[in-house]
Amino acid sequence: MSVILDNLPALLIAVPLFGAFLTPLFGRFLPKVRTPWAIFAVLASAAVAITTAIRVLISGPIVYVFGAGASAPAVLDSAGIPIRIIFTIDAFGAFMLLSAAIVSVAVMLYLAASQKRRSGKSAFYTLYLLLTAGIFGMVSTGDLFNFFVFLEINSLAAAALVSYHRKGGIAVEGAIKYAVVNTIGGLMVLAGIGLLYSQYDTLNMALIASQIAPNPVTITALVLFLAALAMKAGSVPFHFATPDAYSVAPSGVTALMIVASQAGLYGIFRILFTVYNGVFNTVTVGWVVIILGVLSMVIGVTMALPQKDVKRLLAYHAVSQTGYMLLGVGVALCVLHDAAALSAYGTTAMEGGLFHIFNHAMYKGLLFLAVGAVIYRTGVWSINKMGGLGHNMKWTMIFFLIGALAIAGIPPFNGFASKLMIYESTFAFNPVLAIIAMVVSILTLASFMKVFHSLFLGPKQPEYAEVKEAPKPMIAGMIILTVFVVVLGIFPDLFVNAVISPAADALLNSGTYLSAVLGGGL
Amino acid sequence: MIGLLSTGYGFWNPIVWLVVIAAALIVSFIILKAGRKDYSKDTEQVKPYLSGNDEPSASDTHVRGGNLYYGFTRALKGYYDKLIPLHTGILNDYIAWFLIGLVIIFVVVILI
Repeated sequence: MSVILDNLPALLIAVPLFGAFLTPLFGRFLPKVRTPWAIFAVLASAAVAITTAIRVLISGPIVYVFGAGASAPAVLDSAGIPIRIIFTIDAFGAFMLLSAAIVSVAVMLYLAASQKRRSGKSAFYTLYLLLTAGIFGMVSTGDLFNFFVFLEINSLAAAALVSYHRKGGIAVEGAIKYAVVNTIGGLMVLAGIGLLYSQYDTLNMALIASQIAPNPVTITALVLFLAALAMKAGSVPFHFATPDAYSVAPSGVTALMIVASQAGLYGIFRILFTVYNGVFNTVTVGWVVIILGVLSMVIGVTMALPQKDVKRLLAYHAVSQTGYMLLGVGVALCVLHDAAALSAYGTTAMEGGLFHIFNHAMYKGLLFLAVGAVIYRTGVWSINKMGGLGHNMKWTMIFFLIGALAIAGIPPFNGFASKLMIYESTFAFNPVLAIIAMVVSILTLASFMKVFHSLFLGPKQPEYAEVKEAPKPMIAGMIILTVFVVVLGIFPDLFVNAVISPAADALLNSGTYLSAVLGGGL
Repeated sequence: MIGLLSTGYGFWNPIVWLVVIAAALIVSFIILKAGRKDYSKDTEQVKPYLSGNDEPSASDTHVRGGNLYYGFTRALKGYYDKLIPLHTGILNDYIAWFLIGLVIIFVVVILI
């Protein structure tokens, strides 16, 4: 048992990869075992992730050096080049692991039913597990090149999954756009890593952080990281491929892609707060992040309102919600070097932004699963052709309504708690930003009432008279996410105190991260 | 106190909110139960009276999603006329937007 606990960071990647590589073998020789195996692999991966996260939240950061004994230094000087592959998981990484683990399990249960009659399941589940490994790796690694590798695994697995199951080439088109745009973003990240390596001869995040100084090269790298990872996160004006991909991907996949895109946000925040350690002009970069957030909120929601394709509409809302996260963390970044403002509202803004990441993964995942269940039963994407489905799909309707109220920031669901933290802290920083955020929430509510009405309300439509409720595994997936939407809404303080505050503290006080890796500094 | 979320400038307690909502629902239920007892579901009572005309079919009476918020999008026609065409669906344009955004951020961060 202690061997497993001692090697949890390695298992974070090994378990989903092992599951991925065995899935095609089961598909070839024991097809009946393939889906149960994929479910088992995802459950095992999630168990490793949750155990790792709990250990980090209880005992502090975990530094794991691949191929080295427990007493070996995390940073090894190898002929003048300090290179070691290490995982460094602090409270912020643990927070992201929790989010990814929960959504991956809920979606896998859902996919077990939604993919039942589909072909190509071996490759599908393999890619799903690879996507899970990519997300886990991105939020766990302490090495910049590793981060790039997991970013690529994440993007390519997601793009391949997008291409599944929509006829007429539309899914392939969405997948190609997503792949090309994310590959270019990945290359920009690689260029940024190259620039930092040229300056500091290392890829270790903590070691770079301990030496970094503002100069044209490091600032150029910072801009490359920021733009490329904002594109991964789906922020305006880098968002264009996001609705194209989300709207055509299988609905379960889209739910996990929300978390995959949030790994991009993780990258932005990790680089700004930990690797760069606040050595740049935090006010300017903070305002850049805020403006990206405001653009995402406003353009995302206003583009969602006129949409007729229900999944495209949800995709634009995903862009809009990303804006809230950027807004909260941007405010914290602006006041990073102002101790009074940071204490008064900056920390709350940071906590609100991070809490919203988790909440968004839960309620937007739930919304995509609920809408996917409707599409699964009706085969229709257009809200102009739906109606009255609440008569036949009561549970799906309830889950959708809970998700819709949560995303619109209606109490007592989780979206309200995180938005309230963002509103109040942002108002103290700049009231105009808070007002914009609140107006966007109102438009979000309007948009979701339109969708709710269009899908579920109204008299029973003759063409949907035979439609049945979604299969039980799909309902089970939705129940898991609903539980988090409701429980985090009713007891937000417990989660904020146990998970969010430590995560925000890990970002705001990067010294803990650095000392965990460097043992008190070089 | 469990459920009390401090926001720095105030607090939020969903449990208090739930108690208030529960009380409002109980009052609503009491008002509902005090209503007429001779209402019968699935009878002529529930059919709408449309000046003697036949009731339209279910598909004709449902307001479809595309009919909602027409006024909003119409009022913001100038905004939408500019915004929607930017989403061309052409990959080259997506890359161009990435480069434009990258350059703007670079200039802002370097100059300010």
